Amino acid sequence: MARNVTTKHKITATVAAWIVALIIFFPILYTIITSIKTEPEAIAGFSLWPSGTFENYITVQTQRDYLKPFMNSVILSVGSTILALIIAIPSAWAMAFSPTKRTKDILMWMLSTKMMPAVAVLVPIYLLFRDFGLLDSRIGLTVMLTLINLPIVVWMLYTYFREIPGEILEAARMDGAGLWQEIVYVLTPMAVPGIASTLLLNIILAWNESFWTIRLSTTNAAPLTAFIASFSSPQGLFWAKLSAASTMAIAPILILGWFSQKQLVRGLTFGAVK
Amino acid sequence: MGSITLQKVSKVFGEAKVIPSIDLEITDGEFVVFVGPSGCGKSTLLRLIAGLEDVSGGHILIDGKDVTQSAPAERGLAMVFQSYALYPHMSVRNNIAFPLKMAKMEKSAIDKKVTDAARVLNLTDYLERRPSQLSGGQRQRVAIGRAIVREPSAFLFDEPLSNLDAALRGTMRLEISDLHHQLKTTMVYVTHDQVEAMTMADKIVVLNRGNIEQVGSPLDLYRSPRNLFVAGFIGSPHMNFVDGAYAQSKNAKTAGIRPEHLNLSKDSGIWRGTVKVAEHLGADTFLHLDVEGIGQITARCDGEFGAYHGDTVYMTPDEAKLHRFDDKGLALKA
Repeated sequence: MARNVTTKHKITATVAAWIVALIIFFPILYTIITSIKTEPEAIAGFSLWPSGTFENYITVQTQRDYLKPFMNSVILSVGSTILALIIAIPSAWAMAFSPTKRTKDILMWMLSTKMMPAVAVLVPIYLLFRDFGLLDSRIGLTVMLTLINLPIVVWMLYTYFREIPGEILEAARMDGAGLWQEIVYVLTPMAVPGIASTLLLNIILAWNESFWTIRLSTTNAAPLTAFIASFSSPQGLFWAKLSAASTMAIAPILILGWFSQKQLVRGLTFGAVK
Repeated sequence: MGSITLQKVSKVFGEAKVIPSIDLEITDGEFVVFVGPSGCGKSTLLRLIAGLEDVSGGHILIDGKDVTQSAPAERGLAMVFQSYALYPHMSVRNNIAFPLKMAKMEKSAIDKKVTDAARVLNLTDYLERRPSQLSGGQRQRVAIGRAIVREPSAFLFDEPLSNLDAALRGTMRLEISDLHHQLKTTMVYVTHDQVEAMTMADKIVVLNRGNIEQVGSPLDLYRSPRNLFVAGFIGSPHMNFVDGAYAQSKNAKTAGIRPEHLNLSKDSGIWRGTVKVAEHLGADTFLHLDVEGIGQITARCDGEFGAYHGDTVYMTPDEAKLHRFDDKGLALKA
């Protein structure tokens, strides 16, 4: 009897999980479907059966070269992530291994900057960018994305480092490891999984960031978010082309996410279950 | 060699004086157990010897050499931690080999030592596994293996058995004692479990609030505890303390009598009590009694005695084994 109940329970849970997953994934799925419709089909109303044309992709590519914004996206997301890690690893390290009375407050303060709506600082940031000549520059956007995601990166790394038991470091010290050997042989191997999933998550966050990237770039530094937005402006809305552009923009990050699922899930649930 | 000397060692954390001042001599090859209730400073004392904490005052000498300012690795000691503290990303082989690699030993020599240690500790079949794939007892053995390959001048154990279940704890206790007989190396062992202290130690150091209450062999402490604290801490079940008229008749503030030194009878004796709880262990029975005019008394009797909840039992303390304490709690000489 007990076994029966368990099986039933499992089936229910699986079905429920699939439904939730489908609901979450549906907008992306519908974007992909719309991208292989013709424009009249796309505005005709809800339909899951496209005619299967790839014309939109060709049009999008001929109208605006995909490669440039793609490269910008890669440079901005990878660049800002590496920059963020360079700053965040030592700071999270210090807070995790030699915390002071104020450590919690500092962490809270960092996080509080994320509570402010971005639009509240749009004008000052814009003016700063203008005066420093950073508008539409990759350097400016990289710095901007670094600063936006830095609190999250520090928080994630902090929770990872906190999980490394102090006794293991003491054991290494007893075993004759100097500071450098302790870092290379003991700390780093234990910290790498945490750093890796932080890196992945941050690349995704930076890749998808659109508020600042659209507002602070025009052509030279414009990443894929701006590339998508450009299809919704002057001549009116072309749903099918817009969807094709969106699909092209999200495909790389979806593929990256798919291959690094294990790391990502570990990263997102870290600290939740002990 | 592995003698350890503590001279006026003290440790202060902020405002808190964890260890006011301790002098202690540990001779080479001894098995010394630091025992005391939690928070008595026994782990701190071990960590001071290890060099994982800096002393606030005093000196620590190992084989006559002052190591007070030396780094942990330079002291030639090996430590086994409560959590085992194995390196989770390394195989058992690499865990055991780690201190030798740090000492830049040759690879062939490392292999030989690791193989030998694994044989002694029954780990030969597990050398390629990760710590997460081992049971608690096996992890404990790996931690010990990592300590013995270094051939330290002394081993430090920080409550190594407290994460194991009762049965395994008994086995590991024997294994560690056996290891001590084989290696004849100084061992300093911290525990809050007085059974571990009694069974393993050559010398027990009883600590309370950062002070040494008494140092001596297990039987010394059992037979002649210096004060009420040691008398109450060593021995299981605990010693009974009796104040009032009975103690005064013995010229003491407090009289102490161990549960096993009460002669029980069903018809006569100087104290009359009612059994509250009878714990039948088989060979022995522990009786927890309410005694008229005295209070709670624990008595240990033969398993065949046959006393149950509600029974009336008479007791007579064995006068020769009575302990007497003055109003400061110090033992009075007979």
